[in-house]
Amino acid sequence: MKEPDAHANPPVDGSELIRFDHVTKRFGGNTVLDGLDFSVDAGKHVTLIGPSGSGKTTILRLLMTLLKPDEGTITVAGEQLFPASEKQVREVRKKIGMVFQQFNLFPNMKVLRNITEAPVTVLGLSKDEAEQRARDLLDLVGLADKCDAYPTQLSGGQQQRVAIARALAMRPQVLLLDEVTSALDPELVAGVLDVLRDIARTTDITMLCVTHEMNFARDISDQVLMFDSGHVIESGPPEKIFGDPEHDRTREFLGAVL
Amino acid sequence: MQWDWGAVADFMPHFWDGLLVTLQALVLGSLIAFALGLVWALLMRTPSRFVRWPVGVVTEFIRNTPLLVQLFFLFYVLPEWNLTFAALTTGVVAIGLHYSTYTMQVYRAGIEAVPAGQWEAATALNLPLRRTWTAVILPQAVRRVVPALGNYVISMLKDTPMLMAITVLDMLGEARLFAQQNFQFTEPLTVIGVAFILISYLASVLLRTLERRLVR
Repeated sequence: MKEPDAHANPPVDGSELIRFDHVTKRFGGNTVLDGLDFSVDAGKHVTLIGPSGSGKTTILRLLMTLLKPDEGTITVAGEQLFPASEKQVREVRKKIGMVFQQFNLFPNMKVLRNITEAPVTVLGLSKDEAEQRARDLLDLVGLADKCDAYPTQLSGGQQQRVAIARALAMRPQVLLLDEVTSALDPELVAGVLDVLRDIARTTDITMLCVTHEMNFARDISDQVLMFDSGHVIESGPPEKIFGDPEHDRTREFLGAVL
Repeated sequence: MQWDWGAVADFMPHFWDGLLVTLQALVLGSLIAFALGLVWALLMRTPSRFVRWPVGVVTEFIRNTPLLVQLFFLFYVLPEWNLTFAALTTGVVAIGLHYSTYTMQVYRAGIEAVPAGQWEAATALNLPLRRTWTAVILPQAVRRVVPALGNYVISMLKDTPMLMAITVLDMLGEARLFAQQNFQFTEPLTVIGVAFILISYLASVLLRTLERRLVR
């Protein structure tokens, strides 16, 4: 993450990067998001908190185009993600990277190839360029010696750090983090969160995370959004949300998790 | 009943001929079954009903009619439309086609067993659909199904004597011919029985080795 992204124009810091307009998502008869409006500015680190089933993960999955909204529009860097043609979706998707709860590394590929696969096939990097980029990123996440390991030979924490490197190798403008430490043994959580703190501090990447690690949220966030039943019920800087929440639901939720 | 080693010795030249035919039918039939089964499985996953429906009907039909009927059909009916092939070719195609309708089910199960997270990761990395299949999904699916495919190789081996019905002299065909000409049944049938066991055993060892190399 030393040089700026050569493939996209990084938007000016502080301008609006992500926008949800009246987004509704239903699963069967269950309305998970109900006319949601919200936006995220470029370079900001935004954390979504709230009880399970409140639609936090759905927001990330909509942005990653793993789901389609039933109503409303989603815009990323001024380009519409939905509704949009497949070609436009692929263009917009280049700006977004995602790290999953279950890592989802490709078990049939060694660590290095997990990271180089997409830069080579999607961005058209040469094998050497992609491997150099991968090695730099593995260095960043503290796994420089694991290039030739297969994912199953790594601990959960190591797999998740590889997954972070894999997402960053595409030089996205936005990094989506979906409960990235929930599947980890407790002693492995700190290593992953340290890597993310490091990335948040040293890059201008926009982060959108769903997490139950409130201390981590407090550390890295510029803004915290409290979700309940598909609505943002309260938002603000972490000091405000964690220190002096306005809403009863927020107080209740934080009382239960902290 | 007396065991006559002389008869065994007399049968051996015919045995080698039969063995060659059996192995040809098995290897080529397997290759067709493995390749065509994958094609069927992939076609059944296309979004178009106009592809899935005919493929489904045809493969269901082939799977649910006897191999022997298919052999006779290819051997006796196709020539009426001026399509004539060597008997062994016809046999190989019939076996491969028949078993491809079983291997397609194996592939389908293998593909469905690849976790949804793998598709999601491929989407998140913006991999093109074709690349997602060839680099991510199929390598994982095929790895899972090698043992099941191996079972069908053994089944195919045991079905190769059916080729006798269309004049192909496999091991059993050679044994029967020899037996009828010399009135000695025990020796040739025993020899080919042992040969069938040995081929099955070797095939399963080979597949287990392959499986061990692929599992990760």
